Amino acid sequence: MTPMTLLEGIRDGLITEMNGDDRVLVFGEDVGRNGGVFRTTDGLQEMFGEKRCFDTPLSECGIIGAAIGMAVYGLRPVPEIQFQDFIFPAFDQIVSEAAKMRYRSGGEFTVPMVIRTPYGGGIRGGHYHSQSGEVHFTHTPGLKVVVPSTPADAKGLLISSIRDDDPVMFLEPKKIYRTLKGEVPEGEHAVPLGVGRIAREGTDCTVVAWGAMIEICEKAAEELQKSGKSIEIVDPRTLVPLDEKIILDSVKKTGRLVTVYEAPRTSGFGGEIAAIVAEKAIEYLEGPIVRVAGFDTPFPYALEGIYMPDVRRVVRGIEKTFTW
Amino acid sequence: MSAPTELIGILSETGKVPKRRLPDLDGEAFVELYRDMVRIRVFDKRMLALQRQGRIGFYGPVKGQEATIVACARAVGSTDWIVPALREGAIAMMRGLPLEFAVAQLIGNDMDLCKGRQMPCHYTWSKGRYVAMSSVIGTQITHATGLAMAAKYSERDEVVLGFLGDGATSSNDFHSGLNFAAVYSAPVVFVCQNNQWSISVPFSQQTATETVAVKAKAYGMPARRVDGNDVLAVLDVVGRAVGRARGGDGPTLVEAVTYRQLGHSSSDDPTRYRDDAEVKAWLARDPIARYRKFLDVEGLWDDERDTEFVDEVDGEISRVVREAEAAPPLDPRTLTSDVFARTDPRLEEHFREEHP
Repeated sequence: MTPMTLLEGIRDGLITEMNGDDRVLVFGEDVGRNGGVFRTTDGLQEMFGEKRCFDTPLSECGIIGAAIGMAVYGLRPVPEIQFQDFIFPAFDQIVSEAAKMRYRSGGEFTVPMVIRTPYGGGIRGGHYHSQSGEVHFTHTPGLKVVVPSTPADAKGLLISSIRDDDPVMFLEPKKIYRTLKGEVPEGEHAVPLGVGRIAREGTDCTVVAWGAMIEICEKAAEELQKSGKSIEIVDPRTLVPLDEKIILDSVKKTGRLVTVYEAPRTSGFGGEIAAIVAEKAIEYLEGPIVRVAGFDTPFPYALEGIYMPDVRRVVRGIEKTFTW
Repeated sequence: MSAPTELIGILSETGKVPKRRLPDLDGEAFVELYRDMVRIRVFDKRMLALQRQGRIGFYGPVKGQEATIVACARAVGSTDWIVPALREGAIAMMRGLPLEFAVAQLIGNDMDLCKGRQMPCHYTWSKGRYVAMSSVIGTQITHATGLAMAAKYSERDEVVLGFLGDGATSSNDFHSGLNFAAVYSAPVVFVCQNNQWSISVPFSQQTATETVAVKAKAYGMPARRVDGNDVLAVLDVVGRAVGRARGGDGPTLVEAVTYRQLGHSSSDDPTRYRDDAEVKAWLARDPIARYRKFLDVEGLWDDERDTEFVDEVDGEISRVVREAEAAPPLDPRTLTSDVFARTDPRLEEHFREEHP
């Protein structure tokens, strides 16, 4: 085990896979010589050469379109989109092409590719460096959607994503890139896709969250502990495939559910989790399901702190499940 | 580096070829080019008829574009890659896609390799390295570039033929695909079948440039503009571009100037937007009739052989249509396969609930 930041965990995952498989190529805007604007790919070009880690022209549709061609060929491209907010020029390629290639060809052609992209707010990035677009991808069958929330998971989920035979959206919570530290296993460390984790055990209310929201929820749980409420936090780790069982088992135990996500509340993935629980475990519920989410506004710059779910709002959301 | 707008041709309208331009092919190879084109035309006609009879839902005819299709297929080898647009399906068949599979794709039944997931004419043939396309215009252009970058990275002697129509030159992926290909010197040849019409929009309204070929200059890429109704010229031009790519000299844009003699698809009525006179002028430049004149001049073909061959192709198509139509409908359970390598248990559960 080595202490690492979440960002270092991702980099370690890339190095592990690039060492083990020469089909793995890393490319995107500024990822080569500069090592990425967040330095996630720092040093990879020196370690693996310009053929395996390279800069691209500034075109997201070109990056992802070319990556799809490489994946169809049999390589394992790991393109980076500098900010998830910039992914939309490539949205057509992701939604119309990568997600549908296996299906439309009856399994004749596949796109084993991992699109790494920093997402989420909390860095004062305004509209275009802050959004949480996970549902754009969860609503597109054919894409897996992975969101790590710890350094060890960042490495382990990335390794599993690269080894996966389907396209994976790997959304990196940039707010906790450097602020979150944790022990990361050295070398081989694969965390399977579709297996959630209990981030905190508790008995009175289940909170489902992912990415940078886990940390907020943990602080909220500490706060509520003082008033005797025991909060369980479920981190699904991957939104697609979704570990439904871990969520349902937790809700059946606690009888309450709060979902916490940064994206605008309407049509957010927390709504989907709420629907699953309502369909399959409503008889266990002792209070309303509550969503604590971003507002249905474009992501703001100056009022970021008002927009983002914080400890106070999560505490309040949890309390609503007790008092209604 | 130049992007010539001069139209390269070999066959004259009367089927004559200047001696020095005669390709180094034997008589049988010349005849084979003709047979390939006729096969496509007969297949096209028969499939359009099936559509009119309601036996398939949709068809995108290629009549008038057979020369470019055949020449491109002949300009590459079996380990090269084809990244098609709508009107290159015959290349899959020339690379071994059994005709009955092709017809089954048009029907969308159990014999269809795509398992009925796509509209007609969206063939797939992995054994022939013919990549399954989408209906979105231009998106395949960057895939062609990526495949070529991968071939180069893998140090394999493979070239990619990436197809597009004139409409796709307006797409984002045209710009990105050509730019990336040139920057990375990828072994790809982009073949734009400029058939003058994107459904109802003429080439003159698609772009303000005089030609497609001239656009290559902006990417630092050579281009050739070739008479797309001249099978020998396309074979020569695309063959050279493929050789250039294979030799490590990077991509080329080839504009094949041709004409869509029929509608965009079986759902389209071209009389709504184009003049008869234009259609007639292009019919006079029909690629098959023109090449036939050449074969006649060379004494390589005659009416008797022609009738016999068309009958043979017709008979074969009747057989494969019977075979494809006899295939069972798709098992409803295939709805959920191939979304991922392994079906998501949540999807399986949903399907079981709705279709117990």
